[in-house]
Amino acid sequence: MVDRGSVDTRVRIGDLVLRNPVMPASGTFAEGLAPVVPFERLGALVTKTVTAELRGGNPTPRVCEVGQGMLNSIGIPSKGIDDFLEHTLPFYRGFATPLVASVSAPSGDAFAEAVARLDAPGVAAIEANISCPNIEEDGKAFAMDPRSTAQVVAKIRRATKLPVWVKLSPNTGDVASVARAAEDAGADALVVANTILAMSIDIETFRPRLGNVMGGLSGPAVKPIVVRMVYQCARVARIPVIGCGGISTAADAVEYMLAGASAVQVGTATFVRPTAMLTVIDGLIQFCARKGFARVADLTGAVHDADMTVDTVEVAS
Amino acid sequence: MGQTISFQPVRLGAAPDGSAPVGPAATAPVAPSHIADVLGVVVSHVWLNDEYRHLVLEAPEPAPLARAGQFFNLECPHTAEDKPFLRRPMSLYRADPVHGIVEFLYKVTGVGTRGLASIKVGRTMRLLGPLGVGFSIPDGARSIVVLGRGVGLATLAPLAEMAAARGVGVTAILSARSAATVMSVERFAAIGATIQIVLDQDGTSDPANVERILREAAAVGRADAFYTCGSNRLMLLMQRLGRELSIPGEVALEQQMACGLGMCFCCVRNFSVDGVVEARRVCTDGPVFRLDEAMPW
Repeated sequence: MVDRGSVDTRVRIGDLVLRNPVMPASGTFAEGLAPVVPFERLGALVTKTVTAELRGGNPTPRVCEVGQGMLNSIGIPSKGIDDFLEHTLPFYRGFATPLVASVSAPSGDAFAEAVARLDAPGVAAIEANISCPNIEEDGKAFAMDPRSTAQVVAKIRRATKLPVWVKLSPNTGDVASVARAAEDAGADALVVANTILAMSIDIETFRPRLGNVMGGLSGPAVKPIVVRMVYQCARVARIPVIGCGGISTAADAVEYMLAGASAVQVGTATFVRPTAMLTVIDGLIQFCARKGFARVADLTGAVHDADMTVDTVEVAS
Repeated sequence: MGQTISFQPVRLGAAPDGSAPVGPAATAPVAPSHIADVLGVVVSHVWLNDEYRHLVLEAPEPAPLARAGQFFNLECPHTAEDKPFLRRPMSLYRADPVHGIVEFLYKVTGVGTRGLASIKVGRTMRLLGPLGVGFSIPDGARSIVVLGRGVGLATLAPLAEMAAARGVGVTAILSARSAATVMSVERFAAIGATIQIVLDQDGTSDPANVERILREAAAVGRADAFYTCGSNRLMLLMQRLGRELSIPGEVALEQQMACGLGMCFCCVRNFSVDGVVEARRVCTDGPVFRLDEAMPW
């Protein structure tokens, strides 16, 4: 046992030291949460993805629930980077918590340009959402293959001195190779992962349940898939991995950290329980105290698997 | 009773993105001063007819401070058959800050409301709110017209009471399929509203008849503002007359939601703002919007 008050909750993501490993997932967090969650208690704040171009977003319905998860297809509505710098960023300067600006763009050069403009006071790191379509590859998402990931991350890397976190997509056959490509191209951390491409049909109306037909699956339903991806990425990457996928309790966060995550992002759970991130933080401390861990960071990669082998093709190692 | 998770001020009026406050020039901001996820205790939960249920909760502040037109995001219980994952937005039926009570009137239609319908007296449930922008009554209004259909009437009942409390007269046009499904007549009657019940059953709910009633109210100076909820057809009718007769108005809208706090952008609807179509979030830019900017659904 360790005294709860003495558990060191700090984690390091590259050059950034976070007060604890719990932060929101992009797209599930905004100024509107401030009345319910003290932002100073979170490890970091992560904005909705901003794009240089103005985007209206996808047709409704944009959300539907599927078992213990949800599908969404929002379409990254964005008011552009000027609006972000003028309105969003000043709001967050009032909080002593590192702000991570999530950004996306339709090409490598557009990514570089957008990232350069986000190098502004109050932005602690960039999260590059490379799960979006790359117009130079017929709309195939950058994060679907190592080569386009390497190209776009290299351009982003050259465009900023800020730490670059690269958010990977689970919609690839070989996430570990994509992870390595991102690291080799200069990423400071990997966020694993975005939502899983999915679909649902209303059997009464015969209509797809999302206006965009397909969308991203999130919530508890995806957790085992993404824990596996974090495990695979952490085994091949030297940079920190941030786990993201179906975390709603401290137990979920512990599992991700044992698999190799240095920090975690909580997304859909905040929709279900707006205070979910606070519950995860408190529970992590209790868990560490109970298990005798003086530092939360010591959970990272602590899974006991040395005597075990994985009997599947590991394309990336 | 219950436990307040958090209790902090939220910014008023304008949406967080800096867009202009919605609604006609109003007497005062109608957004809440607080939002919290609180635990409420069910003190009554009865069927009003085959479809509608009335849920009464004892809940700590800020929940009972909710204003007409605002809503809560309710954590609906799971049953053996129905396991709602997301919360369900539910508009306020009544709030009583003196006794710490909030009430909802809802129609049982799907997974979420079936789960909600299962909750027993004495059990607790989480409610996030009060959320969104409520109704506003224009300065100088002496008399308003509310026009609702089905469960939409439940949303308008607290507005009628807010008007009455300010000495503003109310004409209430209550539309329903049959006499058995007209909601809240007693609420409108209690504040002395002039009540017109129109039904599908006898054909009186026909838009032409409703239009006649609305024109009559306007002609006798009893329509300084229009309010509607619950029917696309009635919204379009009221919008057309409002434009023709220069009567300002508001409409309470619904949309599938996730967070309720303006973060996820799931609940957008299109509005026609000076001829330009603009997407707005029902949860934070609404759910009450200017009638003249609403678009049919």
